Amino acid sequence: MSAELINTVYIIAAAMFIYGLKDLSSPATAVRGNLVSAVGMFIAVVVTLFGQEIVEYQWIVIGVVIGSLIGAITAQRVAMTSMPEMVALFNGSGGLSSLLVGWAALYGPEASTFTLITIILSILIGGVTFSGSVVAFAKLAEVMTSKAIVFAAQRLVNAGVLAALVVSSVLFVLDPSVTSPYLFTVIALSLALGIMAVIPIGGADAPVVISLLNSYSGIAACAAGFAIHNNILIVAGALVGASGIILTQIMCKAMNRSLGHVLFSGFGAAKTATVVEGEVKPINVEDAYLILESASNVTFVPGYGMAVAQAQHVVRELGELLQANGCDVTFAIHPVAGRMPGHMNVLLAEANVSYDQLVEMDDINPRMSNIDVAVVIGANDVVNPAAREDENSPIYGMPIINVDHARTVFVLKRSMSSGFSGVDNPLFFNDNTRMLFGDAKQSIAALIAEFKS
Amino acid sequence: MEAVLLGMVLMLSIFLGFELISKVPATLHTPLMSGSNAISGITLVGALMSASMGVEMFANILGCIAVAAATINVVGGYLVTHRMLGMFKRKTTDGKAGVRR
Repeated sequence: MSAELINTVYIIAAAMFIYGLKDLSSPATAVRGNLVSAVGMFIAVVVTLFGQEIVEYQWIVIGVVIGSLIGAITAQRVAMTSMPEMVALFNGSGGLSSLLVGWAALYGPEASTFTLITIILSILIGGVTFSGSVVAFAKLAEVMTSKAIVFAAQRLVNAGVLAALVVSSVLFVLDPSVTSPYLFTVIALSLALGIMAVIPIGGADAPVVISLLNSYSGIAACAAGFAIHNNILIVAGALVGASGIILTQIMCKAMNRSLGHVLFSGFGAAKTATVVEGEVKPINVEDAYLILESASNVTFVPGYGMAVAQAQHVVRELGELLQANGCDVTFAIHPVAGRMPGHMNVLLAEANVSYDQLVEMDDINPRMSNIDVAVVIGANDVVNPAAREDENSPIYGMPIINVDHARTVFVLKRSMSSGFSGVDNPLFFNDNTRMLFGDAKQSIAALIAEFKS
Repeated sequence: MEAVLLGMVLMLSIFLGFELISKVPATLHTPLMSGSNAISGITLVGALMSASMGVEMFANILGCIAVAAATINVVGGYLVTHRMLGMFKRKTTDGKAGVRR
């Protein structure tokens, strides 16, 4: 097969990726888009296999079989609550692949300086993505502490690693060889940098990190594309890179923090929030039922706690009972609720909630004063009015879902402890707030039982 | 000259990427991430080339691991995205049959 023909087929594959992403603009067409994109990938792979003068097939077969098995099994088995961990792992394998493609490219034909620079970039970005994703995975799966790990002179150490990385990269490009000690230094330092970059980031900032690593895996693929002079890698890598960067921006904006602030500082070190004092007003299930029963407008505000309690199915059932009771039910979702972008939406979709009931923060806030009951399930910071009112609060300025403007707020909470960022929440002391203590899943199940009796 | 052409392709793809992705609704951000994970498995194309050069054993092994890692992305990414997107449904009537009051 001629190079022209192969590249023509790559153009078709690229068009299919683009069309696939375009179809993701609505849940109604998204399944088709994903299939189109998958077919594009299949075509690109097949044409590569038949097009190149491939000498040895056995290595390819071994790799494809192992990869397909791992990929297919994880994809089928993973629980929707564990999606953040899985995406982190997939980001990591993308990074690893770019690292190795770059490395292997050194064994190919003599490379120009420009190609060498892209090869080293592919190794470097791939390495950072790989080790960073492994740490992100370990944090999300709670194999290691999900808290920020900070130590003295951390920035200094990171700057040192980065400087050493740049120097050894330059030295390698000046005198390239597959046995160069600088090559191994670059690989080792890029892996170290990935680890160092992710350990100071706390659990609540996970959505930012995971989006950023997503973007890196795309940029790494892009660099690998330059390294082996392949258009399709550049196009696909750039699409993924852009996607990750946009998501990172959305997440940062939703937390009112700059990317630099998320990456380089543990949360809330600088400011202490005004201590809020007051009395919480607990409510029992029977009284909560009576209020819900007479409500005509209810919105649920889920957070990571809903995922932990696995409460999404009972929440959906309660929603259906309320609807059957003539009540208007919505689910208000903050952009950074959960551990990755769109995490809550997927959980609720899994529980069979209709997607037109899922509303964004900017859509629900203007009509919050018309909501009879806002039910907060396992969310804390994203509904904390201190973000709006208390200039001393570490989360001051973060856009929140204004549940305190609803007529009544129910907060489902295990006990009185502060949320992930350790911020006291004045919402709990408001006149219109009622605390429903206990496990969220059990509390909602009890409400459902009340509705059914 | 080739570097310049590749740079042109990169520039256009980035702008196109930004246009496309900013139209994806927040509801689909998780499938977007897993789907773009699958697309970044395009390094498989590069990995296939390096696994098959047949020049040196070590390069073949690197290529083989690269193929495996990229295949995890491609196969796992598309399958899990498909599984997830299948869950996003719209119900036309509110309140389902069989709900007792």
